[in-house]
Amino acid sequence: MRPVAIIGIGKTAFGAFPDRDLRSLAVEAGAKALENAAARPAQVEAFFLGNFAGPSFTGQNHLAPLIASALGLHGVPATRFEAACASSGSAFFHAVSAVASGLYDVVLAEGVEKMTCQTTPKVTEILAGAGDLSGEVKAGATFPALFAMIARRHMHEYGTTREHLAAVAVKNHANGAKNPAAHMRKVITMEQALAGKPVSEPLTVYDCSLVSDGAAAVLIAPLERAVEFAAKPIRVLGLAQTSDVVALDEKDDITTFRAVRSAGEKAYRMAGLKPSDIGFAEVHDCFTIAEIIAIEDLGFVSKGEGGPFSLAGNTCVHGTLPVNASGGLKSKGHPVGATGVGQICDLVQQIRGEAGERQVKRSQIGLAQNLGGSGATCVVTILGAA
Amino acid sequence: MNPATIPTTATIYTETVVYSPPEQYSAEAPYQLAILNLPEGGRVTVRILGERVSIGDSVDFVESRNGVSYFRKRLP
Repeated sequence: MRPVAIIGIGKTAFGAFPDRDLRSLAVEAGAKALENAAARPAQVEAFFLGNFAGPSFTGQNHLAPLIASALGLHGVPATRFEAACASSGSAFFHAVSAVASGLYDVVLAEGVEKMTCQTTPKVTEILAGAGDLSGEVKAGATFPALFAMIARRHMHEYGTTREHLAAVAVKNHANGAKNPAAHMRKVITMEQALAGKPVSEPLTVYDCSLVSDGAAAVLIAPLERAVEFAAKPIRVLGLAQTSDVVALDEKDDITTFRAVRSAGEKAYRMAGLKPSDIGFAEVHDCFTIAEIIAIEDLGFVSKGEGGPFSLAGNTCVHGTLPVNASGGLKSKGHPVGATGVGQICDLVQQIRGEAGERQVKRSQIGLAQNLGGSGATCVVTILGAA
Repeated sequence: MNPATIPTTATIYTETVVYSPPEQYSAEAPYQLAILNLPEGGRVTVRILGERVSIGDSVDFVESRNGVSYFRKRLP
């Protein structure tokens, strides 16, 4: 397998954009990635698109060729990947695999979602389609409800508190307020976070990520060809995608995600690194409890320590392990199909030293964790300076 | 789960009260949802009727409607 590098990144802002359709968001991000690398559309050999529910949100299907042709990528294989909120993490995994194997050289991997054209109850229903419709969803589970039940059990077994969850929200809002491309650039206090309106007990609106529109894209190539392009190449050091059962009630232990642990272990092994070698991370904080469990499952802290570690400030931009310096899904926004590649763009910005006020100190090696559903898909990526 | 296989009693593994429901359940919110530990092993996601329950509580089967099982807190 050949080493692979990211040679260009491009993102739209994340937010609610009533005047923008799915295609225009995807074209903006894809064109920016090409421009960042100073690559021509004719150099791109394949297009890998991550999108969770474009047909349900917008009615439009056959999305990959629709976007590829609008980007000027004529005649190339253009395929959509669906893995719930890990859709573009999965598109990225398969794009890197294809380049590493020698099948292609220059490939565009992208993620996009257009969500704000639907009402909150309808969005809730569409997102619930990533759960098991025959059991938990039929009984009335939503994604906030599934993660609320995970939070309750984590609190019961490890003593995790509402303050621990709120600390994650306060920190991610503080980071997102400094990110010009974030959906909700608003600082919140611990008191506000604790007094939020309940969504699904014990989770409040401040524990839940945002419903957003947005797109993110990366151009990749074999490391040996990276010098032909304009941007400083960033190397893919470790990468793994894993899967698990979809229904929460089929998991033995809901306070940990088996798919995250195994994706982390595989990515660390591929990179020849251990958790303490990672300088910073972007993790999938679809809910505050998910960030706490992610830092435990990825081996940054021991089981049950995620809450106290977060409350003590260790995961802040200038802490021992900055987590979600971008603002995370909580504040940056969560256009679900765009989130995985969006995290990759955030890592690249940090490693290049382009993160401005959010720049972390130990920026040489970063890890991204993208989760689908309540842990049925996970993609873990480790990037480093080439 | 097939109604024929639903036990009459079980215990709460975890639970939540849903305030922001999906569109099809808008009229029913807020409602309590729980995952039960079944006496013979395995788990199932159900609705709770009446008094709110917490982790470890025992619940009794009430009825099954449209493929969803409803349980109620067991009285002491």
